[in-house]
Amino acid sequence: MYFLTQLLNGLGVGAIYALVALGYSMVYGIVQLINFAHGDIIMVGSFTVYTILSWNFPVPVAVMGSILFCAIVGMIISRVAYQRLLNKGAPRIALLITAIGVSMLLQNLYQLIYGSGAKAVPRMFDLPAITVGGVQISNTLLNIAVALVMMVLLQLMVGRTKTGKAMQATSEDAGAATLMGINTSRIILFTFAIGSALAAVGSVLYNNTYQQITPYMGAMLGLKAFVAAVFGGIGSIPGAMLGGFILGIAEGLNNAYGNSVLTDAVVFGLLIIILLIKPAGLLGKHVREKV
Amino acid sequence: MSKPWTKTRKRAISSLITLGFLVVVLLVMNVLIQLGLVNAGVVDMLKFIGINIIAAVSLNMVSGMMGQLVLGHAGFMLVGAYAAAMFTNAVGWPLTASLTPALIIGGLLAAIIGFLIGIPALRLRGDYLAIITLGFGEIIRVIANSLTITNGAKGYYGFPTFSTRQDPATLFNFIFVIAAFVVFFSYTFGTSRHGRAVIAIREDEIAAESSGIRTTYYKLLTFTLSAFFAGVAGGLLAHQLGIIDPSNYGFSKSVEILMMVVLGGMGSITGSVVSASVLTFLPEVLRGFANYRMLIYSVLLICVMLFRPKGLFGRAELRVIKPYEWLRDRHRAKKAQKTGGGGS
Repeated sequence: MYFLTQLLNGLGVGAIYALVALGYSMVYGIVQLINFAHGDIIMVGSFTVYTILSWNFPVPVAVMGSILFCAIVGMIISRVAYQRLLNKGAPRIALLITAIGVSMLLQNLYQLIYGSGAKAVPRMFDLPAITVGGVQISNTLLNIAVALVMMVLLQLMVGRTKTGKAMQATSEDAGAATLMGINTSRIILFTFAIGSALAAVGSVLYNNTYQQITPYMGAMLGLKAFVAAVFGGIGSIPGAMLGGFILGIAEGLNNAYGNSVLTDAVVFGLLIIILLIKPAGLLGKHVREKV
Repeated sequence: MSKPWTKTRKRAISSLITLGFLVVVLLVMNVLIQLGLVNAGVVDMLKFIGINIIAAVSLNMVSGMMGQLVLGHAGFMLVGAYAAAMFTNAVGWPLTASLTPALIIGGLLAAIIGFLIGIPALRLRGDYLAIITLGFGEIIRVIANSLTITNGAKGYYGFPTFSTRQDPATLFNFIFVIAAFVVFFSYTFGTSRHGRAVIAIREDEIAAESSGIRTTYYKLLTFTLSAFFAGVAGGLLAHQLGIIDPSNYGFSKSVEILMMVVLGGMGSITGSVVSASVLTFLPEVLRGFANYRMLIYSVLLICVMLFRPKGLFGRAELRVIKPYEWLRDRHRAKKAQKTGGGGS
């Protein structure tokens, strides 16, 4: 029973990782950029929820507001910082450093506005109590359900809609996609918007699960979500989901049976193992480099 | 009229000028410190600059010259810091005598760890290498945080240090000489046969491999050397601060050093030196704006990347010989004007 509840806890945390990993994976798939600022978008989302709730608006307004705000922030970052560099054909490392710079900027901006202390956020959803072995799991179930629904929606969008197909084409070969009449820069913008909106959904779940937010919460969360994306195979939507859940479970089990100080080591250890055994990730496709 | 200088002679003169300049600077600084004309804060600042130069130049060997993005450099510094501090603590000699072997041991241990990490990690390229080194760096930090011999998260302290009040000059001299050596080493490495092989790997790994360059060997060699110097920098930092707090050697420290390399220009040694100095100095200057400091810092970083993605120096180096040649040519031109009169 103890094992089962720990497993469920892990899955609940993993659902948040999975949502964030989806954003990482999409952006990486399109522009081959590790968007280090993505983790901080969750932080932005969390603080937006916090702010809107503190103005006494109802919860749905806070959720929608957070999603909208994050999507806009994501688009602004993409337009102002990344796309200029992409258009100039700047080296990849310049993009990466810019991403780190944006991440620092967001963290420090929010620290300046809200102070560096942790803020308490109220539990947002009143759920019927479901207990397994005396442990409340309704929140965990909510997290898992939301993550799964999001994944299915995203998969449908990428696979079935015109925009989704344009995204696939851009990720495959941006130059050829442009020649086929796809406005690639708009597709990139759209990708950032979707990724950031997913991060906002993740932030809502985060607020509801942990009920405490700080301006620096995004850094580690973002890194772990990225590990999840790589673990599952970057560029693959079900892969990101799978990676997130596996990471969450590993963390949960480690906290239950191992040494909780070593949690981060376990996460990165998993990353190293997968990179050595199957560098493309669990569900990723291996791309052979040609001369 | 004057024969163009041969490359060797040019290089010899250049090295001599640099060496002379460094000796003079070191002597002047010592005199100033002994006389108490430079306050302890400034000397500390210079020490931190020196340590960051060592770290940045060593990372530049891997990330700049070899083009392999590494995000776990601070992990090697942490290993070096522990090894050096534990050594000086264990032997109990006066620090002036024990620091040199301690730094070598710190460097060697970091190099061994770097070698062991490098074997699997260097099979990967680009972003994946960046992530895996990030992973290893974090693992080193987390393990240091949980061990008892490192005193865990409370930090390791109690090992001998130089008193900043009574003896500010000794550690400064150590750092100055080592930093100069690392720059020298990195420069000679970069211009040697090995260095050219490493640069070939940066430009095109597959082409380099097909021209008969043993890419795995050179990648491991450079990675290990870089880890060695990072360990030395960590040992120095530990003895400057008097405490090793693992949380100071995490991802953000690695990023900080990587920024020095990138802003200075990937592959430019003098670029790394200049930007390590500026980026260590800048936060202190901006301290007046306390709260806005990091904000300005990050905006600055983004702007440099947007408007000069190659970094400030690109791949160019500052050379001593340039102003010297300029002075010489001007002198000769003046002389010619005086003696030659109106003749052609």
